[in-house]
Amino acid sequence: MDNTVSTGTEGEDWGGGNQPLKASYGKMMMWFFIVSDALTFLGFLAAYGFSRFKFIDSWPIADEVFTHIPFYHEPMPMIYVAFMTFVLIMSSVTMVLAVDAGHEMKKAKVTFYMLLTIFGGMIFVGSQAWEWATFIKGDYGAVQTKGGNILQFGEYVEKDGEKIFKRVALRDFVIAEDDGRINHEQKNGLWFKSEGTQPTYTVEEVIKGLESHDNVLIRTEIIDEKGEKTILSRGSSLKQLKDNGKIVVEGANLHVNEYGTPLFADFFFFITGFHGFHVFSGVIINIIIFFNVILGTYERRKNYEMVEKVALYWHFVDLVWVFVFTFFYLV
Amino acid sequence: MAEHAHNLEIFRGLIKFKSNTQKIWGVLVLLTIVTTVEVALGISKPEALLSNFFGMKILNWIFIILTLVKAYYIIWDFMHMRDETKALRRMVIWTVIFLICYLLFILLQEGGYVFDVYSNGYIKRDF
Repeated sequence: MDNTVSTGTEGEDWGGGNQPLKASYGKMMMWFFIVSDALTFLGFLAAYGFSRFKFIDSWPIADEVFTHIPFYHEPMPMIYVAFMTFVLIMSSVTMVLAVDAGHEMKKAKVTFYMLLTIFGGMIFVGSQAWEWATFIKGDYGAVQTKGGNILQFGEYVEKDGEKIFKRVALRDFVIAEDDGRINHEQKNGLWFKSEGTQPTYTVEEVIKGLESHDNVLIRTEIIDEKGEKTILSRGSSLKQLKDNGKIVVEGANLHVNEYGTPLFADFFFFITGFHGFHVFSGVIINIIIFFNVILGTYERRKNYEMVEKVALYWHFVDLVWVFVFTFFYLV
Repeated sequence: MAEHAHNLEIFRGLIKFKSNTQKIWGVLVLLTIVTTVEVALGISKPEALLSNFFGMKILNWIFIILTLVKAYYIIWDFMHMRDETKALRRMVIWTVIFLICYLLFILLQEGGYVFDVYSNGYIKRDF
């Protein structure tokens, strides 16, 4: 009738009654999950560090890549990421306030703070999506060489009596001609083959554009001792483009990246994507717990520990972002 | 479980909050200040901080240290590590710190080595 074996030691130290860590099973396991997840992110960030040290003299400068703010067209480095960071920290605060209200068994307060947390998470994921879209679209365009290096364009302009190098977009000096090239589609060729979007310009058109604009110079990936990208003279600009220019790159994807090495784009998509996926699943879990709170599940259970457990996960997501922010955008 | 026994001191007792809610807002203020400093330094990039120190720019060291400060307060106060037992704290923190140092050392060392191989001309970087 009774299948469990009674040893007579239940509740004793020897029978598992001792709790040396004074934490419940669920909370402890959440901590250990967080440890392993932290190590996964460590793997990504360390791999990023490896690639960066490998190309330390030509890695893209993040300030020049992430300069966009919605509805505003002047370059503003980092402001938008700082905003995203603040949103995530703020949602961490509302989450910890929900936990605190849970300790006091205040259902209405827990509900309210959980809702704010969910909104914070949604704003963050939305911002991340926008950030991705901007990065994929690109802004200036560049030419990739045979060796896979990126040639960007710009000109010297006077600003406050100082000569500064200002980037010039391809659309500002290159004219697209009709070269008769038709995009291959499945319907009018081999049905099992199709090709991606073609760049707006060909390399020949870029060469023509560069020849007809005396002010435009090429900027290479190589970083000089002052921490700035090397700018070629007019003569070597033309030579470099003619000798080595291979494809026109607009924006970034997993294969090419107008801002520099494709590795930068790969790591950007992988690390922020993996983090964004964590935020997304965090929002989903928060929504589930939110409804449980409304339904009074934890009221009946007489404790809100479940809120505490998802809070641990949510704070961890915030914690990871703090590191991604530093290593992707600041350092 | 020590549900209501929150440790309300931060900075080793320099600041003591009256309630847990107050402590949360206090930590938010701290994190906001640190992030603002980071962003301000990142935009202005003071000339004095761009010199090299132990393999990296001083500015980058500042960023990393400030990040660790933020991480400490998120774990200790938002995740309530301050209120857990010493054993749980050490189990989680030291394990992760050890593995981070180990992996970072190996990979960054190797990355620097590969860079040297390229720049010393054993392998030509084609343009």
